[in-house]
Order: sequence, then structure tokens, then C-alpha cells
Amino acid sequence: MHLIVCVKQVPDTTDVRIDPETNTLVREGVPSILNPYDAHACEEAVSLKERYGGEVTAVSMGPLQAVEALRDCIAIGADRAVLVSDRAFAGSDTLATSYAVWSAIRAAEKAWGPAQVILCGKQAIDGDTAQVGPGVARRLDVPQITYALRVVELDADANTITVERRVEKGLEMVVSPLPCLLTCVEEMNEIRYASLPNLIRSLRYEAVIWGVKDLEADPTLCGLKGSPTAVARVFAPPEREPGEMIEGETAAAKVSGLIARLRERLGQSAPVN
Amino acid sequence: MARKPRGTLRLITEKCIGCERCVGECPVDAIEMVDGVAVVDYEKCIVCGKCVKVCPTEVFYIEPPAGEAEEPAEVAESAVAAIQAEEERERAAQEELSRRLAEYSGVWVWVEHFKGEVHPVSWELLGKASELAQARGSKVAALLLGHQVGHLVQEAGYHGADIVYHIDDPVLADYRTDPYTLGIVSLVRKYKPEILLMGATTTGRDLAGSIATELKTGLTADCTGLDIDEQTGHLRQTRPAFGGNVMATILTQRHRPQMATVRPRVMRALPRDESRVAQVIHEELGMTKDRVRTRIVRWVPNDESELVNLQYAEVIVSGGRGLGGPEGFRVIEDLADALGGVVGASRGAVDAGWISHDHQVGQTGTTVRPRLYVACGISGAIQHRVGMEQSDLIVAINIDPNARIFQIADFGIVGDLYEIVPEFARQAREEGLKDLLLGVAESTASGG
Repeated sequence: MHLIVCVKQVPDTTDVRIDPETNTLVREGVPSILNPYDAHACEEAVSLKERYGGEVTAVSMGPLQAVEALRDCIAIGADRAVLVSDRAFAGSDTLATSYAVWSAIRAAEKAWGPAQVILCGKQAIDGDTAQVGPGVARRLDVPQITYALRVVELDADANTITVERRVEKGLEMVVSPLPCLLTCVEEMNEIRYASLPNLIRSLRYEAVIWGVKDLEADPTLCGLKGSPTAVARVFAPPEREPGEMIEGETAAAKVSGLIARLRERLGQSAPVN
Repeated sequence: MARKPRGTLRLITEKCIGCERCVGECPVDAIEMVDGVAVVDYEKCIVCGKCVKVCPTEVFYIEPPAGEAEEPAEVAESAVAAIQAEEERERAAQEELSRRLAEYSGVWVWVEHFKGEVHPVSWELLGKASELAQARGSKVAALLLGHQVGHLVQEAGYHGADIVYHIDDPVLADYRTDPYTLGIVSLVRKYKPEILLMGATTTGRDLAGSIATELKTGLTADCTGLDIDEQTGHLRQTRPAFGGNVMATILTQRHRPQMATVRPRVMRALPRDESRVAQVIHEELGMTKDRVRTRIVRWVPNDESELVNLQYAEVIVSGGRGLGGPEGFRVIEDLADALGGVVGASRGAVDAGWISHDHQVGQTGTTVRPRLYVACGISGAIQHRVGMEQSDLIVAINIDPNARIFQIADFGIVGDLYEIVPEFARQAREEGLKDLLLGVAESTASGG
């Protein structure tokens, strides 16, 4: 069985902020990491390999430094890793990204056999769009199971997979034919500590690097040209006006001051009928 | 004769957001991303100014030369000629594009429902759609797909739809990606809307990415602001990026429909108006049961008693790291009880394991918009603020007078929350603040 996991290297977003004075991005010392949800997807791929046999290929698109994220996948237990990197992919939005990732999956299938399960994280923490997984599924023309919580069973003979997924109103168990694409939530598994052999392997691992030509991709569908959306403007989030600090000698005095003002404001906000 | 434009390209690297538009636009491959920011190879740069034009954050500018005009650079001649030819082609393409875009009209909202019960985000989106349609001089349409949900047709009209496109088919009884994608894609291809909005719910996200890819159009997730650019007529889609630290306005300039998802509680629904009557257009799905690839084999609904209904709570009392430990939530719960509200939390408190994730308010939790939000021991990190800033009234209680939460609070109290919060609960009960709060909530919900 061939399992393909799609991953992204992201800035650790909790450290990125905008300077409201100059309207510029402050990113000094912001480390790049493997998107946490993708790490769970990789863990799930490796555990499916352990349950049902097969090989795991990790695929990513990004600049050359993204090989570091792929090394993390090797440490978790992926067998091989491919980085799709080309200046033609620069400026990709989610539609162009799903095209590049789809092209990479197609090429990986050509090299190492057709995939039965494709796994993605539910979303990436830098964009939070959750669009690339469904986009790739649509392009591959395979069923998608988003917000996958648990793989109940993979039946190679019947060529089906049974997956539990979390939606807002409850848990849904879905049966899908293979191949199929899962997007994984963080509760799906605990990411293992890398075994020593995998850790050593990951440090020495040289990811396969493919460009537009290797993928036989259409350059007009890649990068900026293939992206319908464009960032027009970037700015600091608007600030709410600071209000009134309520002073008082004691806690009781402060609270009664607060309640008086709340009464005032709530009285105002009641609609006039 | 083509001349190398005078001057030198300069960069203000701190402004670079790493969007890579310049890299794709540069005709001579002179720009590269290094550690997420643009770097120019001056050996290659022909100072054509394309990067200056496309950059959304004004990273680039051309510095005029200090002395005499430079000699014409012959190496650049072919590149400059290529740029001119391309610009000519672009002008022709632009005219063709305008004709094509003009075929699209109307603002559509997908009505998300679960077994006939509508997710309120759909009505909120109809409220926003009415505004957008007014700005565009077009109509609002609701998309209602399902089985035996005809009672929702007029309900969509009451909430602002002029037209309801309705597909009734047993295959649509439960939500599944395949038939819902097919149904909406065929409606879009037939009736050509300019804008298509969906809720950023688990189901909305499952569907939106699938539809946008099939239609090969732009989709912007989790918008917090939507309006029309007066000059171009494009939909300006504003959303938080980088965990809420930055806001970005996104345009879909060459494709239609312009698709966007919006989180619940970000937009406001119109008051329900039973005098409104929507025109109904029935369509067929054209997909048989056996062609739907996935099957739902079991359904386990959430235990409603364990659910935290943060999203639509009118009063929320939240605790953060300032509580110092999980037991701190006892005083928070007590105040929430006194005010008739529910308990929220910051990411700090959730990450510390003091309370479960379903209580979390913020970018990675729930977006809320209560009448009253009381933040106790919460510092006010941006990732929390983006989830609660739209509350009507914010009260902050924190021991640190410099806590950022005070900058956005209507009322702030500096002090030990273990003194203030219990006292707040006591006086709130004594004064019957709960009745006042719930009274306001009820009359606002039913009135307008």
C-alpha cells in the first residue's frame, strides 16, 4: 500500500506580529516548523503503515528550506520525502497550491505506485484556510473525509476505508472507497518520539526535489498566474477604543462602581419599542 | 530605442510579508525569497518596476541615480521589448475579461442546515449579502439543498433572500461533499452569481474548498470584513492572517464567483420579516444515490448537556492564566452563574490543561459576540482579542495595570481577581443584574 502525506512548513505564528506604528511585519527570530496538524497526518500515515503494511511518502511544496519540515516527517517514520520547489510556484494561493500538490502526488504515484490514502492536516496554522486538502481531493477526483478523528478500519480486499469524523453536531462514521483523502485533526493521535534510527536517518536525509518540468505541470496554472486571489493590502488589526478604569478603595467599591456603569450602558442598549 | 530605466531598485525588507507576488512577476527572475522575505539579485535586475507595482505592502521603490543619466544598457533591450509586448496583450485581455465578468450578477448564500435546522450563520450571511447586493445593484439569492426542507424556502426570504434556488432530492438528505458540490456547481454554472458566501463551519469548509476548486475560482476563508470596492466593483475580503496578528484584504479580480467563508457571529442577521416574499426556482440534482461515493454508516450526536454554547451566549465570563490554576474556574463559574452566562477561557488556560478546548475563545477557539464579556486574569493577546472584540460590552479584571486587555475593555478594574470576582458575583445577585442582562438579550433578539 502507498500512503502519501501532504505537509507544509509554516512560521510559528504565535511569534509573528505587526508593528502598528510602521505597519510592518515583525518576524525576527520566528522559527519555521512543520505545521502541527500535518505532523498528526504524518503520524497517522505511519501508524496505518504499521497496521496494514506499505510505504509512506511525504510531499511538500515550498522554498528549499522546507526540506527541514520533511526531515521531521522522516523522523516520525515516513519512508521518503519529496519537495516540490520552483520559482514558478511563487505566490501560489490555495487553488494554485492544490494544483502543485496534485501534480506532485501524480508524479509520486508514477515513481512509487498508486496511492490508496492521501493524508493532510485539517489546516495550516499560518493561513488557517483548510482549503488545500479538499482542493487536492477534487483534483484527484477521490472522496474527501475532512476532520478525520479515527481510522476505524481499512479493508484492502473490499477496497474501502471506514473513518470517524468530528463535525459540529456530533461524530459521523463514513465508509469510502479507496483511494481517498483524509484531513486530520489533532485529537487523532499522539505524535511519537522519533526512534533513534529514524532520527539519525532524518538528519542525513536528502529529500527528492522536483521542479515544474519534473512534474510536467502547466506553468499557467502555477504560482501567481494560477492564483485567482491576491493580497491587496496588509494592516494591523483595528484597535477598540480603551474605556474607563474604575477606581475605588475596596473591592466592594470598585464592583459597585462597575455595576452602576453597566446598568447605565445596558439601559441604553435596550431597544426603544 | 529601449533604455534601461534610470535608478536602482531599493527594498524596505521589514515590510515584506513573503507573499511572493514579486517573484512571480519579475520578468528576469531577479527576486528570490530568502527566509521568507524578498531578496534582489542586482546582476539580473533591469529596474522595470513590475515588483513595485504588484507589491501589496510597498516593499520596493526605485531610487533615482545621483549623478548623470546612465548609459543605455543593451542587454536589457530584449527584456524591455518583451515587457511592452506583454503589456499590449494584457490590455486586450483586460477588455475581454471585463466582458466575461459582466455576465455574473447577484450575491448568493448557501443555507447550511442540519436535518432541517438552519445554522444561524446562514441568516447572518444573508444580512451581509443584502448590503453587498445593494452596493452592486443586484439581488440576494439563497441556495437551499436538501430533502423535505421546503419549510425553509420562505424562511430564507424572511431573512433577506430575494430569490431561493431550491434542490430537493433524497440524495441530499444528509450532507455529503459529492452531491452538494455537484448541486451548487451546476447552479453557479447556470445562473452565474458574482459572489458566493458560506459559513466557515466544519461543513462549510468541507464544501467551499471543493466547489472553488471545481469552478477554478478564488476562495477566501474566515473573512471578518466584506465590502465592495467602489471603483472596481470587486469584493474586498478582509481576514486575519498569521494567527490574527495581521489583517489582509484579498481580491479575486479575474474570476467569478468571488467566494468567501465567514465565521459564525461575525456578521449580523437582518430582523426576521414575514412580509418579505422570495421568488423560488426549483432545480434538479441529476445525481443518483449509487453515484455518491461515501456512505454515512453511524451517527452519534453530541451530548447536548455537555456542550458549551459559547458561540451564541449573551453573557460570557472567561478566565486566563491569571487564575493560577484549574481551581480558579470555580469563581469564574460562580460569576457566570450569577450573570446567567457561560464560562469561556483563553488559550493560555486551555493549553495549561485547566479547562477543555470547547471553552476557548479566540482565533484557534470560538468567535463570540455576547452582550457582556468579562475577562478575568486574561492578558489580552491578539489571538484572544480577535475572538471577542466584537462583544457589545467588555469588562476586564486584571492585577496588572498594563495588561493589554484594558486597551479594548469598556470598563477595567485593576485588582486581585480572587477578591473582585466573588464580590462581583455577590453584588450582581443582590442587584438582579442577570434579569437586566437577559431582558436586554431577549428584547434585542426579538426586536431589532
